[in-house]
Amino acid sequence: MKKSYKIEVDCANCANKMEDAAKKTEGVKDAVVNFMMQKINVEFEEGHEPKTVMKEVLKQCRKIESDCEIYF
Amino acid sequence: MNRKQKRNLIRIIVSAVLIILLKFVSCDGILRFLLYMVPYLIIGYDILIKALKGIKNRQPFDESLLMAVATIGAIALALYENGDYVEAIAVMLFYQIGEWFQSYAVGKSRKNITELMDIRPDYANIEKEDGQLEQVDPDEVETGTIIVVQPGEKVPIDGIVTEGHTSLNTGALTGESLPREAGPGDEVISGCININGLIKLKTTKEFGESTVSKILDLVENASSRKSKSEDFITKFARIYTPAVVIGALVLAVVPPLYLMLATGSAAWGDWIYRALTFLVISCPCALVISIPLSFFAGIGGASKQGILIKGSNYLETLSQTKTVVFDKTGTLTQGVFKVTAVHSENTDDTELLHLAAHVERYSTHPIANSLRAAYPNEADECSVENVEEIAGHGIRAEVNGDVVCVGNSKMMDSVGAKWKDCECAGTIIHVAVNGEYRGHIVISDVIKPNSKEAVEKLRNAGVRKTVMLTGDGIKTAESVAKEIDIDEVYAELLPADKVTKVEELLEKSKNSKDKLAFVGDGINDAPVLSRADIGIAMGAMGSDAAIEAADIVLMDDDPVKISKAIKISKKCIGIVNQNIWIALGVKLICLALGALGIANMWAAIFADVGVMIIAVLNAVRALFVDKL
Repeated sequence: MKKSYKIEVDCANCANKMEDAAKKTEGVKDAVVNFMMQKINVEFEEGHEPKTVMKEVLKQCRKIESDCEIYF
Repeated sequence: MNRKQKRNLIRIIVSAVLIILLKFVSCDGILRFLLYMVPYLIIGYDILIKALKGIKNRQPFDESLLMAVATIGAIALALYENGDYVEAIAVMLFYQIGEWFQSYAVGKSRKNITELMDIRPDYANIEKEDGQLEQVDPDEVETGTIIVVQPGEKVPIDGIVTEGHTSLNTGALTGESLPREAGPGDEVISGCININGLIKLKTTKEFGESTVSKILDLVENASSRKSKSEDFITKFARIYTPAVVIGALVLAVVPPLYLMLATGSAAWGDWIYRALTFLVISCPCALVISIPLSFFAGIGGASKQGILIKGSNYLETLSQTKTVVFDKTGTLTQGVFKVTAVHSENTDDTELLHLAAHVERYSTHPIANSLRAAYPNEADECSVENVEEIAGHGIRAEVNGDVVCVGNSKMMDSVGAKWKDCECAGTIIHVAVNGEYRGHIVISDVIKPNSKEAVEKLRNAGVRKTVMLTGDGIKTAESVAKEIDIDEVYAELLPADKVTKVEELLEKSKNSKDKLAFVGDGINDAPVLSRADIGIAMGAMGSDAAIEAADIVLMDDDPVKISKAIKISKKCIGIVNQNIWIALGVKLICLALGALGIANMWAAIFADVGVMIIAVLNAVRALFVDKL
């Protein structure tokens, strides 16, 4: 399943780091951060609830960039 | 400017003013230190907090952490050496200015570019029972609903006109300024602006499936498909920061130790200062920001011209295109058959057309349509009787009592008329009256008026070879190719043969970086479009299949746009490369000079913030593609 979420992140490098962090999160098959549109497209692995996965994604992203935001 | 930007701007101004004021205050020791800490904390408190979080989360290469280390280190050195805190505070100040500028510029260009694509309708009008119009969210309108579009409004959803006549401005979709007429029965595409008449539409799609939604979705998601240069910079950024930080550590420890052993004086302060300048340059921001911004601007600028590019990667491939393969019908020609020559015998041309049009009166064949179109006053007082269609031959009818045969050479043979061949390319229609040959009419596909210019401009844009593929006969194909100056022609191809031909051509350029683009009308070219390095679909307004299959979509059917797209891609890639080289070059030079002790922290700030500003401004240039 693929979903797109709005994000808030100030620097492009942080956006790339968020993408890396999201990709490594359990339950995420693939993730692409679109810095210019402030969006993240997440492809979930089967059998994972998007909401719980996204919570973990946000937690991981906060670790590398403390003031980023994902709206889900 | 959003609230965060405003707050940061105030912080920047306040601390800058404070630094200047402190220049006039003469005091020493701990008081001086404390006074200078005021502007430092005002400008840097959030960075310091983020740095602490970075430590907590074990992110040694966190940008804020590095900035905090660099400035605190510089302050410590100043405290120990000469009490000149300005440099350290200035580093923080300029870093924040850079961040502020980046956030402002990116936000601004994001807004500009999305405004360019401002075709999203806000509402749809539905007529209530009492005749009043009600504005509803286009998302809620079901297929088959009648909606009203008033003059000046955007068409919110694709539909068919049921009432009213108007002119539509398709500029936002196609970049074309000529209005398009629409009346009952005509299909209208969402995103057009209704200029003068009130029309009623029966919607044929839901809002989410309408042209306007598809286009917006496509353009907005284009920057999610990342280009090779973006991947390169992402990978580079991953190793750049750690490398510079390790460099800083080595610089802070190794030379002083060596000096201490060799000469006895270590000059720790000097080397630590140099190491701190390294940390200031360690952020790869200028590089990382400018590339998605350039692509975004390029894609935005192109879409304003009616050229939709589905991804940054395609922009990159397009810029390397050296071979352009065209499908003939609908791409270089209009795909509409017209009478292009009339050769009469023992009668005049008008009379020949007159007779042919009469015979074809009741036929719906495309050839009949074009014959009737060539003689507009067909419905006159002549009598047309006993019309008989003879399959594979043509049509026979009695016009004013005479037996008129209109058809191919076989038909002429069967009635014993002595027909003549014609040197013109196209379909030849012979006419015989009472078995006597009266001449022939040539019908052919008309070349678009700007096809020749399109091919010429492609050459100017660096395309080395142009190829035309067609299912038509070789004579027609060659005459078209000659007229518009195409290099290679392959005729009489079945759809599957086109794929094979493109594969052959791809094979030839396999080993080089040269790319091949295929241009088609997108309706029956889907396999070829996806097989080529780049598939370009033309005249795609309203054709979902084309938008689906192609990598680049030209909203109108103007072939000149192909060279324009290539030029836009070249400009954009040029800017990307400039930015990579400027940013990398300045950073590497500053690192080298910093290690030697020639570049101080001011130079380091320039390498970080200055370069970023230059790169961002340069990136925005990609938006301006009108004159290409």
